[in-house]
Amino acid sequence: MVEHRLSPRQYAILGSVALCAPLGDTFLSRGMTQLGPISLAHPGSLIAAVFTPWIALGIALLIGFFASYLTALSWADLTFVLPATAFGNVIVALLSRFWLHEPISLQRWAGIALITVGVGFVANGPSLTERPAEIPLDKVLEQEQAQ
Amino acid sequence: MTFAAQALQPGFLASTAMIAAIVVSSTTGEVLTAAAMKSIGDLDDIRAQFGMRGAIRAVVTCPLFFAGVSFLALSFFSLLFALNHMDLSLVAPASASLTLVTNAIAAKLFLHENVDHRRWTAAVLVCVGVYFLAH
Repeated sequence: MVEHRLSPRQYAILGSVALCAPLGDTFLSRGMTQLGPISLAHPGSLIAAVFTPWIALGIALLIGFFASYLTALSWADLTFVLPATAFGNVIVALLSRFWLHEPISLQRWAGIALITVGVGFVANGPSLTERPAEIPLDKVLEQEQAQ
Repeated sequence: MTFAAQALQPGFLASTAMIAAIVVSSTTGEVLTAAAMKSIGDLDDIRAQFGMRGAIRAVVTCPLFFAGVSFLALSFFSLLFALNHMDLSLVAPASASLTLVTNAIAAKLFLHENVDHRRWTAAVLVCVGVYFLAH
């Protein structure tokens, strides 16, 4: 089997998949907490929320995540890309520990270690399953459906 | 938690059904989206050849992509529904970690990905890790 080596650009896209999702969620959470409770009786305030800086930045990051995620899925297996998504949680936990000086419990350290080892396992292997060039995936799926 | 709030918590079967709904819709969405992106081809190549507009057109004209996004949206709303009835500290880690394992199984069955020992081990380690980190 030919090992699929990733280019530096592809590693950058995987990095952006890992970072953008948890950072986007964090920014959204921060923005929404700052706003205080929003009542469904005033949906206008929800639209106004989209234009506050933290929430706008959070939405931009989540759009960035989805674009990088789709790009990564176009050249790598789903089972290769998903652990990268989970690794983002580790980055955010470490950032909150060393940048925001938030305490991390022993259980969360164990979680960080397990995810890191898991991602290491996948990252060492090929990024894409080898397929015969003349049978693209959509044809394989069509054949499956026909059976 | 007050007695009234405890009384409102759903039973084991209802909780399992709500988490299962999130996991099944999310896995279906991920697999359909992955299949769509593989059928489109390398987006970096498409963008190099036809520009950003060409890449966006390739994605939004793929029916499989919309099927995938619909299921991902369904999983988002199932998550919201579950959060309305159950604690975040149970729903978020349980659904996030279970989805990793069901995705590995679905990727092997439907996408015919080569899920070898390395990837099985990773799926299980990351699954437990996400649960620990989020719980």
